[in-house]
This record gives sequence, structure tokens and C-alpha cells, in this order.
Amino acid sequence: MHYFIGDLGHLFVIASLVTSLISAFAYWKANATSLETKDQWLINARIAFYLHSVAVLGVVISLFVIIYQHYFEYHYAYSHSSLHLPGEYMISCFWEGQEGSFLLWIFWQALIGIFLINTQRNWEAPVMVVFGLVQAFLASMILGVVIPLINIKLGSSPFILLRDAIDDPIFKLQPDFIPKDGSGLNPLLQNYWMVIHPPTLFLGFALTLPPFAFCIAGLWQKKYSEWIKPALPWALLGAAILGLGILMGGYWAYETLNFGGYWNWDPVENAVYVPWLILIASIHTMIIYKNSLTALKSSIILNIAVFVLILYSTFLTRSGILGDASVHSFTDLGLSGQLLIYMLFFTVAAIILAIIRWKEIPTSEKEASIYSREFWIFLGATTLCLMGFQVLLPTSIPVYNSFIELFGGESNLAPPADQIGFYSRFQLWFGVLVALISGTGQFFWWKRMEKEKLIKEIIPPILISLVVFAIIILIAKVYEPSYLVLTLAGVYLIVSNLKVLASVTKVNASLSGGALAHIGVGMMLIGVLFSSGYSKVVSLNNTGMLISKDLPTEFNRDNLLLFVNEPRTMAGYEIEFLGERVEPRNVNGYVSKNDIDLTLDPYKVIARKDIEFKGKKILNAKDTFEINPENTFYEIELRKNGEVAALLFPRVQINPAMGGFIASPDIKRNISRDLYTHVSLPMNREEEPEWSELEEVRVRINQQFFVNDYVAVLEDVTRIYEYEGFTFTDEDVAVKAKIKVTGERDSYYAEPVFVIKDKTQVGRISSEVNDLGVKITLLNIHPETNEFSLGLNTRQKDWVIIKAMEKPLINILWLGTGVLMVGFSMALVRRFREFKKTSS
Amino acid sequence: MKKSHIIAIVVIAACIGIIIATAGDASTYVSFDQAYQMASTGNKTQIHVVGDLKKDAQGNIIGLEKSQDNLSFSFLLLDESGKEQKVYYNEPMPPDFARSEKIVVIGGYQNNTFLANKILLKCPSKYQEEKINAGV
Repeated sequence: MHYFIGDLGHLFVIASLVTSLISAFAYWKANATSLETKDQWLINARIAFYLHSVAVLGVVISLFVIIYQHYFEYHYAYSHSSLHLPGEYMISCFWEGQEGSFLLWIFWQALIGIFLINTQRNWEAPVMVVFGLVQAFLASMILGVVIPLINIKLGSSPFILLRDAIDDPIFKLQPDFIPKDGSGLNPLLQNYWMVIHPPTLFLGFALTLPPFAFCIAGLWQKKYSEWIKPALPWALLGAAILGLGILMGGYWAYETLNFGGYWNWDPVENAVYVPWLILIASIHTMIIYKNSLTALKSSIILNIAVFVLILYSTFLTRSGILGDASVHSFTDLGLSGQLLIYMLFFTVAAIILAIIRWKEIPTSEKEASIYSREFWIFLGATTLCLMGFQVLLPTSIPVYNSFIELFGGESNLAPPADQIGFYSRFQLWFGVLVALISGTGQFFWWKRMEKEKLIKEIIPPILISLVVFAIIILIAKVYEPSYLVLTLAGVYLIVSNLKVLASVTKVNASLSGGALAHIGVGMMLIGVLFSSGYSKVVSLNNTGMLISKDLPTEFNRDNLLLFVNEPRTMAGYEIEFLGERVEPRNVNGYVSKNDIDLTLDPYKVIARKDIEFKGKKILNAKDTFEINPENTFYEIELRKNGEVAALLFPRVQINPAMGGFIASPDIKRNISRDLYTHVSLPMNREEEPEWSELEEVRVRINQQFFVNDYVAVLEDVTRIYEYEGFTFTDEDVAVKAKIKVTGERDSYYAEPVFVIKDKTQVGRISSEVNDLGVKITLLNIHPETNEFSLGLNTRQKDWVIIKAMEKPLINILWLGTGVLMVGFSMALVRRFREFKKTSS
Repeated sequence: MKKSHIIAIVVIAACIGIIIATAGDASTYVSFDQAYQMASTGNKTQIHVVGDLKKDAQGNIIGLEKSQDNLSFSFLLLDESGKEQKVYYNEPMPPDFARSEKIVVIGGYQNNTFLANKILLKCPSKYQEEKINAGV
């Protein structure tokens, strides 16, 4: 038992909580006291925050040591990792659990805090009060301390011992029991995106704190407009990182999950999408605050809203309130009360502060003209807010139910049955509005423009858009009215911003961030529209059939049943299932399950023969290599006009501890469309297949016979002295037959064994050729005629059921994301320089 | 009237529209009887029914039928009021289906049978360890 590291970690957690509170208090005093004592308090506060950061680092290192050293006496290591987990996924273990992800969040905010302390001397004290308080709330989530007297447990510690976390009888018998292996990381998370997606997302979460903190500091210190300058670069960075994090999540889902897309409108996804939209809206109002006092007020409201929505999203995903509504929220750690207090504290405090100061915030009665930048930005920000509101409202349905039940009522409201259809129907039109508004609004990028000038500017892009639009619909055959409108709006957004980009670049290239970002959005809209709107199932069995005599409707089936080596046609391809494969850990490629021998260690197998993959030899016969026994890959060949177009290897993971069966797709990527294939149902190897009745044949060496319609030949019978670790004596007779069965593509060997032990006991070990559905038993030897009796059983051939989809133009979406990120970065650099100039 | 007022009115109208649409499109958790009633009055909205698989005294599942080609299956579901209903699903049976504790079916009645468009499974130990595998 390694008690020390856990105790140390726990101590660090407590220290981080205490120091964050001290730091907040000291910064508070620094604001409140006279100038002489101010410096003293500032120094104290800084020391406290640095100590806090050291403590946070200490917690991170302690937890990582526990995971990395496989200390399975700790619940965190036991439930999130295992001995066989590859090194890079140890990092994912760290944030698989709620506690680890809170820790990640705290860690990022500590880093940002240190950065602010060193760069924002003017704002340091008030801003860091907010930081200290937020850090304290977050640290309390992983505190794991029972408060005496009231007996309430505060937070859930990652350093809890297994025996304290799980009530298992073994701990009564053996309190020092340590499991030899952990239960492993959820296979879905064993993906490189899961190594980088959570840190990116939580960095995005953490980056929403500085704008909020500056806003609160501005209200508090009555610097009603000065806070925007330092807040804006942070908001931009936050929007870029959070957006990137969300899209990485989408990309991970596309590559790993099998719902067939990158976005599912699941409550957990919505919970981060909404704050991101509002963050974008706030950036826009912050950009125009100088010319519009209304924008100043909106900026204050929106900045508060973003942070509150981040807290609300945390509450939704971690309190367990989503329950049935979401497929991938965290498990409930009993933190709901604490999370609610966290959210309400900052919501109420920020709103009260804003109300107190509201009258003092400068205001004006002047209205923005239609031909001004402010007007269009406003319109855009309002649209973004409505867009967020439309998603937030239904996502919160489980909250209404809980709320009504809290007051003794009863509510049976469920989220919309067809989530994707429901949200897309609305978001599509908001997308159109956003595209039209930002396409037009960008023309006012530097100044007011009069009506005539605007018309002159705007006509060419409109004409070009119409032409491009006409070409697209001719090629892509878009007929759906709403899709037509969105395509046109998206094209207009891109074209008009290209024009703006061209003119801006002439003036000053560093200002082109906005235009680029908007082009990225336009590309994303078009990419989303085509890849989702025109995603089609290509594994369709459009024969139409009754699934039951009770149901009169004929149904098409989206799945395709493939027998091994029996080609079918699909989406213009000839498709053929070639068999089940395993993936060697240290070699690139896949190995047929027929070509390996298992060993006692499920993670190690031996190659039966030299193994080639795509014409290259990857393993020698008798090589022992490592595999992950959970994973099976289904090799599927796609041919076009007789030529191999692609080899796909969709994966199935069987992990009973994590809910059994998990299928991940394989994607054939083309420039214009992706072909996305996943396994819907594999054969169940644990279920004993139905074998035909035994058929007996008598053959000599080198004599051909038929089994399951395949040609087979008995090549050889040899005496053996050892079999799977069992040694025979001279008294025993053990022989192994070698039978070659020729399949459609490959030859297979069956090697049944016949044993006479101690002259009386007869044993027969049959041999199966999985792919062909054949089992051969050496029944008897007839020395008098040199013949051998073979028993033949056959079954249905191996099969797999797959589903395949086509996703057109999905690459435009990924490309658009890249363009958006470049745009953000350029805007960020520009705003940061602006801020530097004013503060120096 | 000022422009800002017009915008405010449009925004409020949009909000109300969104609320109404959400209320209209929100599904409900109902029992099979309620679902049947809804369907027979011509209400075609998809609903959620929460239930358990029918099991015999030994805990074996009763009434699970796969189609010949494995591409679809049907099962008997007992809703929370205990009413039994045969449910059809036009997808292969999820491999962890038989192990699941609670099942939410989203769909509706067609004639006298319930056709599920989507099935949500609640597995007992998904993502959460309740017993230690002491053998390892």
C-alpha cells in the first residue's frame, strides 16, 4: 500500500483550496485599503496565488504518479487505467474521471492567473479576487472532506482508496487487498483525440474566466469601458480554443463513435455550444463598444452570460440531472448541490453588481444607422443569442422536470424524439441569418457607408454569389428549399468576405482576421449542410420487406449482411468481407485471426506463418507479438471496376466492464466525399454456433475431398510429442493431421489431433477454419488400409453486419474550421497589440 | 417607432416562437396505454416509453426474437405500469441489449404494434465499477 502519495495529494488539494481563499482575501484587501498598505496586501496575495499554483501542480503530479505507477489501491487508478494501457492513454486516464477534469480546469486557470499577475498590474487586484474565488470553488469539488458537525461531504477526492470507494466483501477479509490490474480505460477514449480534446476544451473553459473577471473588475472599480481592451484578446483566444475543442470533440465522434456523424445535438454537446455562441456574440459587441454605448451594456451582459453558461454547462453535465437524456454525461458524484451553489454564487453576485452599477454606466439615446457597422454587428449578436436560446431551452428540459418534481409536481416532458431533426430545423435558419448579416455587415468594416456606395459595393458579390450558387446546385442537385437558401447564404458569406479580404489586405493585412474568420464560417456552413443534409446510407437494402406480419409497412434496411468472401454491391462499389483481423501493437498493419496462435497471455500471440500486409512483410513466422485482445477489425474490400478502391478496417471492441460492445468506423476519405463504414453487429463468438451433423469421410494421404463445398486435401499425418504445453510419453500415441482447405481467396490449414493415452483413453481435438465455417476432427486411424476417418461439421460461414454512409463535402467543414482558426489567430494578434500599445 | 423598438419586438416574437415550438416538439414519457390512445386519435408524435424486458422467474429474457438475417428484432417490454407490449426495431440487436436493465424506446404505434425508431439502453455497470474483479 502506498499511502504516502495519496496523503500528499490530498494535502495539496487542501492547500490549494486554502491558498486560493487567502489569495482572494488578500487581493480584496489590496483593493479596499489605502495606498501604503496596498502593496503589502498585493505581495501577500501574490505569494498566496503562487503557493496555490504550486499546490495545484502538486495535486496533478501526485495523481499522475498514482496512475502511472499503477497503484491500484487507489480508486482512480483502478477504475480508469490498467496494466496493459499504452503510455499515451495514461494521460487520458487522468481526465477520464470528473475529479481529473476539474483538476485540469483548475490547472489551466492557475496558469492564466500567473500570466495575468505578471502582465496586468493595473487590473491585478480586482481580477485576481474573482480568480481566487473561482479556484476555491473548483478546488472544493475535489476536496473530499467531510465537514464535522453538519456531516456533509464536500467534493470528491481523486485520492480516495479503493476500499473506501467500493464496498466489496474482500476488504473485510483482507483490508490490504490490492487488485492486480485495473478495470481499464473506456475503449472509446483510447484514441489520440481523447488525449488532446479534453485539455483543449478545458483550456477553452478556463479562458472564459479572464473576460468575466475583467468585466466584474470593471463594474466594481467603475472603469465601465476600460475593461474591454484587456478582456477582448482573452475572449478571442477563448473563442478560438473553445471552438477548436468543440470541433475536436466532433471529429473524435466522427472517427470513433458509430452514430454516423460529428454532431448529435446531445445535451452535453449543446451545453458547450451555447456558451460558445454567446462568447462570439460578446466579442462582436466588444469590438464596437467605442462607438456605441449600447454595445458597452450588451458586452457587460454577454460577458456575464458566457461565464454563467459555462457554469450551467458544468452543472448539467456533472450533476447527473441529464440522466436518461444524454448518452455521455459524467456519472453522478453527488456534487449537484455544490455545483448548484457554485453556479448560483457567481450568477447572483454578478447580477447584483451589475444592477447596482447599471445607472452609472454611460448611456446614449442615439440610434445606430442602418448603414453603420454597429447596426449590423448588433443584429448579428442578437441572432447569435437567439440561436443559443433555441438550443438552451430544450436542452434544459430535464432541469424543468427536476424543478417541478422538487416542488412536488409531476412532469413527463422528454427531449424531442428526433433531436437532430429538431435542432437542425431551427439552427439552419439561424445559420442563414448569420450568413446574410455577417456577409453584409462586413462591408462596413472600417467606416460608415452611404446607401449608394453600399449598393455599388454589394452588387458584384451578390452577382458572383448567384453564379457560384447556380453552379453548385447544378452539380450537387440541391432541391430542398431550405438547403437552397442556406447554400446561397453560405456562398454569399464567403464571396462577400473574399471581397472584403481583398480590399483589407490592400490597406493592412493584419486586419484581415475578421474577414478570414467569416469565410471559415461560411465554409463550415456549407460543409455541414452537405455532409449532414446529404449524408446517405449506402448500405441500403432497398428491397423493402415486412419486418412483421403485424406491421403492414414495408421497411428498407440500412444494414448489409456480408458473408466472408461473398461479394455484394453497394454504392457503385463491389464490397466483400475478407475476415476478422487483429492489430499488432508495434507494427503497422493487420493480421488475420487465422494466422495466429494464441498464448496463455491474451495480449501475446504467435504468427503461424510469415505475414504480409499490403504486399509488405510485417512479421516472420513464429514471431510473438502483442495485440489488444479487446479489438477485432473487420477487413472489408471495396472494388470499383475490378480494381481495389479501398480496404476498410472498422473496429469492434468487446469490453464487458465498459458496457460490452463498442463499434468504431473506418472512413474512406476522398476529396469530395467520405465513405463511412461501421460494424452494426458482429458474430457472437461466445455463442456456440449451430453445427451440422457430423459427416464421416475416409481418405488417404493426398486424397481430395469436399467440405462445405470447398476442396480439401489431407496432406500429412505426423506423430507429435507435445501439444499446447502437454507432453506425451512413448506409451501414448498422438498424431496431428494437416488438412489443406482451399477457400475463395486463400488456403487454410486445419490441424486436428488424435490421441490415445495410456493405451485406452482416446482423445480428439477438432480444428476449425473459422472463415469457411468448417470443423474437422480426426476420428480414427486405419493402419490396415492406410486410411484416416475424418469427421466433418459445417456451419454458416462467418458474417458481419455493416452500415455504410456517404458524407459529401465534409472536407469543406474541416477546411473551414482551419480557416476560422487562422482568422481568430490574426484577430487575436491584432487586439493583443492594440492592448499592449495602450497599456505601455 | 424607433428601429430598436422594432428589433426588440421581433426578438421577443422570436423568443415566444421558440418557446412554443419547443413545447410543441418536446416529446413525453408515457405508458403504452397512453401511447396507444394518442396513436388512435391520430396523434403521430413520437413518444418515450420507459420499461423493462420481460423475464421469467430465473431471470431469462422472454420473447426476444431476431429476424432470420439478424437485421431486425423484436422484444417484449413491460412499461412502468406493467403493461406488456411487443416492440419492433428495424436494426440489428445491439450486443449489450440483453444485459441492459432499463430500456427507453422512442417511437410510436402503427396499427397494434409498437415500432421503435430509437432505443436507449441503461446498462447496470456502464462506466461504473460496482464490484471488484478480485480474480485478476
